[in-house]
Amino acid sequence: MNAATITQTPSRKSRNMGRLLRTILPALSMALILIAIAWLNPRAISYFGFNLMLNLAIPIALATVAQLFVITINELDLSIGTFVGFVGCVTATWLHDAPVMGVLVLLASIAVYAGLGALIHLRNLPSIVVTLGMSFVWQGLAILLLPKPGGAAPDWLKGFMGFQTPFVPFPILAAIAIGLVVHFGLMRSAYGTVLRGAGGNPQAIGRAGWSLLKTKVVMFALTGTFGVISGMALIGITTSADANIGNGYTLLSIAGVILGGGEFVGGRISPIGAVIGALTLALAASPLLTFMHIPPDWQVAANGVILITVLAARALISRKGA
Amino acid sequence: MKEAARSVARLDGVKKSFGAVRALDGVDFAVHSGECIGLVGHNGAGKSTLMNILAGTGTPDTGQITIDDAVQTAWTIQRARALGVRCVFQELSLCPNLSVAENTRVSHGALNGWGGARRAANLIRASLDEIFPGHGISPQDIVGDLAIGQRQMVEVARAFTVTDDPLHLVILDEPTSSLDAETARQLLAHVRRAVSAGISCILISHILGEILETSDRVIVMRDGKVVADAASAGLTRDSLVAAMGGARLHDKTSRTAAQATEAQPIVVSVQAGAAHGATGLQARRGEIIGLAGLAGHGQTRMLMELFEAAGTKGKTVEVAGAVALVAGDRQTDGIFPLWSIAKNISVRSLNTLRRGLFIASDQEAALASVWRDRIGIRTDNLDNNILSLSGGNQQKALFARALASDAQIILMDDPMRGVDIGTKLDVYDLIRTEAQNGRTFLWYTTETDELDNCDRVYVFRNGRIVAALDHSELTEEKIIHSSFAEAIS
Repeated sequence: MNAATITQTPSRKSRNMGRLLRTILPALSMALILIAIAWLNPRAISYFGFNLMLNLAIPIALATVAQLFVITINELDLSIGTFVGFVGCVTATWLHDAPVMGVLVLLASIAVYAGLGALIHLRNLPSIVVTLGMSFVWQGLAILLLPKPGGAAPDWLKGFMGFQTPFVPFPILAAIAIGLVVHFGLMRSAYGTVLRGAGGNPQAIGRAGWSLLKTKVVMFALTGTFGVISGMALIGITTSADANIGNGYTLLSIAGVILGGGEFVGGRISPIGAVIGALTLALAASPLLTFMHIPPDWQVAANGVILITVLAARALISRKGA
Repeated sequence: MKEAARSVARLDGVKKSFGAVRALDGVDFAVHSGECIGLVGHNGAGKSTLMNILAGTGTPDTGQITIDDAVQTAWTIQRARALGVRCVFQELSLCPNLSVAENTRVSHGALNGWGGARRAANLIRASLDEIFPGHGISPQDIVGDLAIGQRQMVEVARAFTVTDDPLHLVILDEPTSSLDAETARQLLAHVRRAVSAGISCILISHILGEILETSDRVIVMRDGKVVADAASAGLTRDSLVAAMGGARLHDKTSRTAAQATEAQPIVVSVQAGAAHGATGLQARRGEIIGLAGLAGHGQTRMLMELFEAAGTKGKTVEVAGAVALVAGDRQTDGIFPLWSIAKNISVRSLNTLRRGLFIASDQEAALASVWRDRIGIRTDNLDNNILSLSGGNQQKALFARALASDAQIILMDDPMRGVDIGTKLDVYDLIRTEAQNGRTFLWYTTETDELDNCDRVYVFRNGRIVAALDHSELTEEKIIHSSFAEAIS
């Protein structure tokens, strides 16, 4: 029986150290970016500065959470960006002009997401292909709806997104709220545990008597729901829409999940980390680079460099911890 | 200790086929309340298939399932769990990304709402404490961080936790395979305790001593049928082995065993030692060497070691000459599913089919068509996709790939899994011919009949070679004896 005896594992202490390091890495990278911003422009670290810098972070955080749901079950949504754009166009047109119609269309689009989840599970299709196809569908619908930039956000939405909270800027409170809601839903609730388990070992979840079809449908519907909220939040801030407004969100959302400590496969995710990851990306995207006097032409490339650096650091730490 | 023998679960006339392979051929089987049944049988006898059906994860083609004297029409996992049937599967079913407590929570719908996580943690801790005192596992540990033995402990402990669903029957499929002797003893003691408390158990194990000590009754399966069913009190290891092996291999083909290979040079040699067992392994030019023993006891690893050692002269492993491998798991290791049959055959030989930097497609086509005729691949067009072939013919294409290459040593990783008998006979002939032409074959197989084609057979146990049997002394009984030899001898 020698070969089959229990092999030694790394001690629990070193294992937990590695895990702790991985958990705080998203916060650490955000702190680094904030320090850099404070050093470059101390006035940015203020109530007003944060309001400005993190203004667009809320829709990004919501889109990241949307992406997090599908990544939990080992899928990927390449259509979230154009979907956010589509929702934006619906919000700026129908939801403004004919609210009932607008609400129905948005609910229907969530149903489409749920249907995609069912399709992907039943036909065993790769989600990358299905959602890539859907990204063109959403983009096309958005352009049909709003051929040129325009429309107007409903007033209640503008009012909500422009809300001035006392002491702590609204975007920070909103980010904390999003993170906590998703954390409790996915990490603490019983069904959330099942959903994560479906990403770790689907067969085990099936053998415990849960429906795998249901897990896919629920997760895709949640992605759709958060995509809708993200699109509405975005229009609440920008007050008008453009069919291409969300296109960058697809990659940003994936990067945010990974930056926040999630992994592409295996159901290993962290909702709070993902929200922090999204904020980090939003801060690194334009405020930091503007303060560094990097010309707009180079900002996208510089953004990529920052992303690669942070992800490389993460990969290094995870390997040590594993 | 035992009350009136009420049957908790009964299977009648259960049949199940996977493609051409008949896994279960009309099994009748009953478990009474408060008894432990030992289920034994050689590889592929149908034990795991039968237990999957009983646990609701597999559906029988025909047959009837009765639980507590009620015939079940729609038998599913959910129904099985609701009626108190649980299974610890051979391949573990824990989610590696979840903690021990969360894995417990997943298997109990009742552990929801506030405090569910804490209740799950208490439940699994209590169960672990009861079955494996001193286990050293915290409910908060992530399962992926645990050693394989600890995971098995968690899985077993989880099967014995009770919330709102009843617990009447626990199926343990090889529960001790990754446990050390002390933990295995704890588990078996717990099984006895559970049985005296009225729970029924089915214990599947390859360790016959365990079966005889723990179970009240032993059922032996062979070729998808129950061949023996007796109280374990009257059984011995030898009688079990005899029942499992049967008296097959009687019609031994009068193969001209020693074909003057004695004088041939040794092309593969594995030295005896701590890593490989006391016997070592040697293969001469033109020999067919069988690797036997229970599935997963190191045969595939040995083939991989030889594959990597090809052409080198290592410390303990020496392989003289080029090597080709015929994969066992066709779908994952063997075929290129998007390629044509011809390309699947030629991929191992591309170095010899070149014209400059490019592949000479006429030579490639010629090579493929020569081997189609030699090995009898049933297709009219070799440019068809490989998936247009039946499973057996796909496997022939994989053989053609290895044999068409320049390799003089062919490693075969249980290549005949799920292949029909006609194809098998074709391939056996081909292997013998090629061996006579000087090629060496190392052949891992889980089918004892196939070992009859071999000049010499090495039996593996726990990653080591424990016996070497010449063709003349080869019997299934000897192989099983060596495979199961354990501490008691």
